[in-house]
Amino acid sequence: MENYYTDNPHLKFQLQHPLMEKIVRLKELNYSEHEKFDYAPLDYEDALDSYHKVLEIVGEICGEVIGPNAESVDHEGPQLINNEVQYALGTQENHDVLTKAGLIGMSLPRQYGGLNFPMVPYVMAAELVSRADAGFANIWGLQDCAETLHEFASEEIKNEFLPRFNKGATAAMDLTEPDAGSDLQAVQLKATYDVQKDTWFLNGVKRFITNGDADISLVLARSEEGTTDARGLSLFVYDRSNNAVSVRRIENKLGIKGSPTCELVFKNAPSKLVGETKLGLIKYVMSLMNSARLGVGAQSVGIAEAAYREAIKYAREREQFGKAIIQYPAVYEMLTLMRVKIDGIRTLLYETARFVDMYKAYSLIQHDRKLDSTERDEMKYYQKNADVLTPLLKLISSEYCNQIAYDALQIHGGTGYMKDFPVERLYRDARITTIYEGTSQLQVVAAIRGVTNGAYVKLLKEHAAMPVKPEFEYLKSILEKMTDQFAKTVEKVTEFTDNEYIDYHARRLVEMAGNVIIGFLLLGDANRDAMYTKSTDIFIRKGRAENIATVSYINNSHPKDLGDFKMI
Amino acid sequence: MKYRIVVLAKQVPDTRNVGKDAMKADGTVNRAALPAIFNPEDLNALEQALRIKDRFPGSEIIVLTMGPFRAAEIIRESLYRGADRGYLITDRKFAGSDTLATSYAISLAVKKLEPYHFVISGRQAIDGDTAQVGPQTAEKLHLPQVTYAEDILDIEKDSVTIKRRIEMGVEIVKSTLPVAITVHGSAPSCRARLAKLVMKYKHARTITELQEETKDYTDLYSHRPYLQIDEWTVADLNADAEMLGLSGSPTKVKKIENVVLAHKESTRLTADDKDVEWLMQELISRHVIG
Repeated sequence: MENYYTDNPHLKFQLQHPLMEKIVRLKELNYSEHEKFDYAPLDYEDALDSYHKVLEIVGEICGEVIGPNAESVDHEGPQLINNEVQYALGTQENHDVLTKAGLIGMSLPRQYGGLNFPMVPYVMAAELVSRADAGFANIWGLQDCAETLHEFASEEIKNEFLPRFNKGATAAMDLTEPDAGSDLQAVQLKATYDVQKDTWFLNGVKRFITNGDADISLVLARSEEGTTDARGLSLFVYDRSNNAVSVRRIENKLGIKGSPTCELVFKNAPSKLVGETKLGLIKYVMSLMNSARLGVGAQSVGIAEAAYREAIKYAREREQFGKAIIQYPAVYEMLTLMRVKIDGIRTLLYETARFVDMYKAYSLIQHDRKLDSTERDEMKYYQKNADVLTPLLKLISSEYCNQIAYDALQIHGGTGYMKDFPVERLYRDARITTIYEGTSQLQVVAAIRGVTNGAYVKLLKEHAAMPVKPEFEYLKSILEKMTDQFAKTVEKVTEFTDNEYIDYHARRLVEMAGNVIIGFLLLGDANRDAMYTKSTDIFIRKGRAENIATVSYINNSHPKDLGDFKMI
Repeated sequence: MKYRIVVLAKQVPDTRNVGKDAMKADGTVNRAALPAIFNPEDLNALEQALRIKDRFPGSEIIVLTMGPFRAAEIIRESLYRGADRGYLITDRKFAGSDTLATSYAISLAVKKLEPYHFVISGRQAIDGDTAQVGPQTAEKLHLPQVTYAEDILDIEKDSVTIKRRIEMGVEIVKSTLPVAITVHGSAPSCRARLAKLVMKYKHARTITELQEETKDYTDLYSHRPYLQIDEWTVADLNADAEMLGLSGSPTKVKKIENVVLAHKESTRLTADDKDVEWLMQELISRHVIG
């Protein structure tokens, strides 16, 4: 019996992070629900035990059903029949098994049939599902849409749509259009309000929509005639049973083939407004995107974990020149660096998830009562830092995921290039992670603000203030020096007050910050558990060397060099 | 229509992980040395019961298991998947029971649950592979029995149609109710545990287990009586102690032998047509295929 949760001690470690006690107490409103719901926790220990037991179910389903189905799903893919999507057999089975086990709508409140899980265990489930089948993880992960409805929609919409998730309703978020990809302000799909019918009607085309034929769709559309920017866009919820949206085609993709990517035609599709008009992109989609980016972080860690396991298995079995290839420095170093990178992005993933949990818990409490000033400050603190960490997580986890998948295939040699082993699928699946939900380049645009306004340096100083065991003082002092070096380099770039020059070095600066932040997070992990000591040491040594190289490059550049990079 | 279904399930040592101390000197299984699991074919049986409940909402599934106090885990695992309640048949006087004594005890327990429509169990347990307890129980209860069942095709008011797996294929049979069914491993595997049920029932305990708990759950148990797993002893079953345990078990283990498959029983083949042809002939002549 394979179980992806019990075979991975890193998840349990993250589940027991000290901040969890507070997160769970807030999320469970001081453990007040067990009178009303027989599955609500009695106390913190009971809640953690429940997360652990439910993740065991997820791990078992991943190991026994979703993982084994991944190959046939990759080959078969979804089909378009009479303008409707039909999943591959394995995809349907995965969805049915997870639905039956009650694993859709995990983070929704119990009154809507959910499990009321915080983000941390929910993101863990996403990591597990992604390790089993990254394409399927998209379909499963779109339950995030429920979170958006819960946060912003009216009671009427919530009561109508939310209970359907736990019963297995699938979801989609329909944002992209042929002429509105990275630039969502250009969305044109038209929403018109019919006063007599008291309904909004949608008309137009959406493209590249993951799981486009879902039961419940959130649609970004232009409700304000004559506008051309973000302020004219609103968010709508569409119910598939209205039969007013047809799937024109399913894209033939490089990877994540189990997940149907659809082109949709809306013809007078009746729908309901979520929240208020004009806030569609500015507020609701931004929030949706942040959780989607956290989702891609989980997906990246999951794919990376799968690729690493394939690589290490192969390297142990494959013999050349009379011994297993894992015994050669060129191979074992590669494998160790994969492990170190995974430890790094996993700790960043769960740190971000914890920050999201903290502010979301407060924002829910805020619906019922006024927060006191300490609570308000705390909420602001975590929201701000979640916003700082989310683009960094999306950028680094997806880039590392690709490096790890690349190296995993490399370790397989020629065999890895053939379709005989799962690693080629993982390599293809990994590729999308740096592209969707905002490309790496766009994550840099989002993250650079934190670099120039000092948010990263502030966060790093907070990390530096935390005590560590004497044996880790040395590593901490390196990280402190790296923090100063980062701050100085930022000044060096910003002193020209040339935005194009800042943009030109933006990725380098963000990656520098990433090396220090992950270094500190790993140090915190090593301080709690010796299993991270080596990873921490290696990560910091590599990070220091990388940052020194970056500093040397930046110190030798000048705004007037930009012209050289416009040669073509 | 609502049915009452009794599922017989056993906690078994995981024989996939057998070590050298798996057997005691007296030839009985050393249960402490092996991880304990839900007997695989009993999970197939539970799934069949759950499917009846899916088709006929309001039907009731009661799980019976016999074993030491830690076998209560079988009841919890069943509750996590949708069973309604369970009883642990446990008493030191049961120790050493063979299939005859076991089926005697179980049949008494099943009788206490009358009226029922189905008694469903796995075909056999992986620790003994006898496939006797199901049929012996049926015999003692004077029930018609359908063994090696793979699927329950149709259920009517007083009858049931069942597909059985037999050596050369399948057979479809009809029986009156109540009926005893043993389920074959080729039947659909059991569904996963349900998240909400796991959280609901994870504190379910027998009285013996509660005494071992460090935490005080008195309050919880008074609010949630469904968390109490009942234990049935020899006295509860009104059983004749002579017919239980070693005294009630005519089976005596004479000797345990390690069987090591000799190398000569394997044949190394290549992928060329000649060898494949030979393999095909061999498989057909041994009735493995064809």
